[in-house]
Amino acid sequence: MTQQLENILEVNNLQTVFATEGGEVRAVDGVSFVVPKGKTIGIVGESGSGKSITSLSILRLLAKNGKVNDGEILFKGKDLLKLTDKQMRDIRGNQISMIFQEPMTSLNPVYTVGQQISETLIIHKKISKQEAMKQSVDMLKLVGIPSPEKRVKQYPHELSGGMRQRVMIAMALACDPEILIADEPTTALDVTIQAQILELIRDLQNRLDMSVIMITHDLGVVAETCDYVAVMYAGQVVEYSDVRTLFKNPKHPYTLGLLNSLPRHDVDQEKLIPIKGMVPSPHDMPVGCRFAPRCPVATQACHTKPPMLESIGNNEQIRCWMYSEEWDGDSEVTLYGEKRTVKG
Amino acid sequence: MAKKELLKVEGLKQYFPIKGGFLGRTVNHVKALDGVSFTIYEGETVSIVGESGCGKSTTGRAILRLEEPTEGTVEFQGTDLTKISKKEMRKFRKDLQIIFQDPYASINPRQTVASVLNEAMHIQNVLPPNQRRARIEELLETVGLRPYQADRYPHEFSGGQRQRIGIARALSVDPKLIICDEAVSALDVSIQAQVLNLLEELQEEYGLTYLFISHDLGVVRHISDRIIVMYLGKIVEIADKTSLFENPQHPYTKALLSAIPVPDPDAKKERIILKGDVPSPIDPPNGCRFHTRCPFATDKCRTEEPQLRTSDLMKEGHQAACHYMEDITNGKMQPNY
Ligand SMILES: Nc1ncnc2c1ncn2[C@@H]1O[C@H](COP(=O)(O)OP(=O)(O)O)[C@@H](O)[C@H]1O
Ligand SMILES: Nc1ncnc2c1ncn2[C@@H]1O[C@H](COP(=O)(O)OP(=O)(O)O)[C@@H](O)[C@H]1O
Ligand code: SF4
Ligand code: SF4
Ligand SMILES: [Mg+2]
Ligand SMILES: [Mg+2]
Repeated sequence: MTQQLENILEVNNLQTVFATEGGEVRAVDGVSFVVPKGKTIGIVGESGSGKSITSLSILRLLAKNGKVNDGEILFKGKDLLKLTDKQMRDIRGNQISMIFQEPMTSLNPVYTVGQQISETLIIHKKISKQEAMKQSVDMLKLVGIPSPEKRVKQYPHELSGGMRQRVMIAMALACDPEILIADEPTTALDVTIQAQILELIRDLQNRLDMSVIMITHDLGVVAETCDYVAVMYAGQVVEYSDVRTLFKNPKHPYTLGLLNSLPRHDVDQEKLIPIKGMVPSPHDMPVGCRFAPRCPVATQACHTKPPMLESIGNNEQIRCWMYSEEWDGDSEVTLYGEKRTVKG
Repeated sequence: MAKKELLKVEGLKQYFPIKGGFLGRTVNHVKALDGVSFTIYEGETVSIVGESGCGKSTTGRAILRLEEPTEGTVEFQGTDLTKISKKEMRKFRKDLQIIFQDPYASINPRQTVASVLNEAMHIQNVLPPNQRRARIEELLETVGLRPYQADRYPHEFSGGQRQRIGIARALSVDPKLIICDEAVSALDVSIQAQVLNLLEELQEEYGLTYLFISHDLGVVRHISDRIIVMYLGKIVEIADKTSLFENPQHPYTKALLSAIPVPDPDAKKERIILKGDVPSPIDPPNGCRFHTRCPFATDKCRTEEPQLRTSDLMKEGHQAACHYMEDITNGKMQPNY
């Protein structure tokens, strides 16, 4: 029996478009996933696949030329897309917070670390300046910054990259959010510092019972931090499953290709089997399956009909004709040197 | 098989002056490289790994004299490159090529691919001009591009394709050694795998030697024969690939390896979390440079600098610089967190 988890966030068929000189670009076009309460879900995919735009759509922080065209974003059952700007501001930072790859872009260079955390606290918790400064010190302590009393008085440029990311996390957590969206939070950091930050996020999540959306291109980070994973390709979720299934029994040809391309530091590999070709341009998306031009088993139908994201079993969704009744290819295929029987 | 030395680096130092005061005097130095020695043999791939700022790129640049090294020698097939004139050095650039992380930054955006490659061949006087076009088209095919793409401009290519152009440019002068400085680091994994495979094929075909600089230990395990680990301007460990990953001896190497997330949710791992950040190379710690973060550090580590050496627990050619590597590996010394 599977345990029914409460979903704190549900994204259904999100579509986000941008007006550009070359015409309308569908940066996100068919993104669905759920975030169970207290769990970490990963969004993984290569650059340009729409990971950041997905998270900015959730927080309604899109650039002026962008808008959500379709879909729903249910936060505890309420559609965020239907809220007023003011209601959304209350949710942002209070209930859903976000941290980015480069903390310097979100930290203000002319204010001290303490002033910035305090400001967040004052706005959201309506407490006094002195109380906010006291809580800022506590927050810095919480995120493992040594001598926090001294650090609150420092400016962002006086801190190392790892320290700045800790400050960002402190700010994001200042108001006890229910969801933390972390967009490539460790990509700019060295591995030993990455290990510290991931450990910190994990530890805080347990202590504060938060849900985390971990956006990354690093499959190692996914394996180590996530409970569920959505794999994105060219603006769409192509596979969603629990983390063990994703790594032990990946199903979508793109996911398989990614895993076969990855040079591992923990085992010897004979050869990497890359995915051929490259991602399609957002101005020139394939009409059928978006992965078809690169897929080793694509059939005629794959090139003409776009597959939908379909459930196959518990908590597993795949966007691929191979797993549907309508599959018109061989019943046994070889994918990256591995034989697979396709039910079809 | 007898190994033939191709490049021998000895006692390499690179101190970058820091100017200060109103007279602009040198007030201090960034000790980016502080006595680095290693040898590269013909046909092999040696990697340099370590966290940002440890001196990987500086090593590559000092070998090519893109910045004149402060001290030390760089022997290439018997010639000390640090002793020859700039003009003579230019001739050696034919044998020693470099590929950078961002190929765009090193390619002139107003030049077509053909003109980029032609220029490289012209400078080194490779092939008579009337044979170059054919060679350019051949080179593009070699790196997996199409001959007709020769007349395109860099912005018409993706990141992976631009890196292929960078490789074609390096190959155009028939080099012996290619220094790849984070050459695949900016690429998405599916494209990175294509470029790594290409580099391996080219090595086989042309007998190339690579000095491969990278912070990505997965990539390094895949491509290298031997690996150098650097920390704060010094080599802390050097070993063949298998020894480095299966039998690391230096506490920093162990910490570095243990910090990398494993793409396997069932992997059991013991993580050594290092405290703090890397100290400044302007005023590096005395004794062992790693002592401020090392969980095994003693008073001796704070004053006496460990030298690269081997032990009974290590294979031939494997060296590390730690006073206590035997005691740490056999468990006599316990970490102090
Ligand atoms: N302001 C914008 N205008 C037009 N296109 C955009 C804009 N922001 C992002 N995009 C496009 O949206 C796509 C997805 O981008 P993003 O979500 O940032 O990818 P990633 O997965 O790397 O985070 C890309 O093709 C990008 O070019
Ligand atoms: N031209 C320069 N002037 C002053 N300092 C430099 C210069 N180039 C590099 N450095 C410093 O030298 C150290 C080593 O840098 P680098 O070799 O680029 O490291 P890595 O490639 O390992 O990340 C760093 O502290 C860096 O800031
Ligand atoms: S739908 Fe067809 S082309 Fe797309 S991933 Fe599946 S098999 Fe490949
Ligand atoms: S010499 Fe001392 S400080 Fe340096 S690595 Fe060995 S135990 Fe650690
Ligand atoms: Mg992004
Ligand atoms: Mg570098």
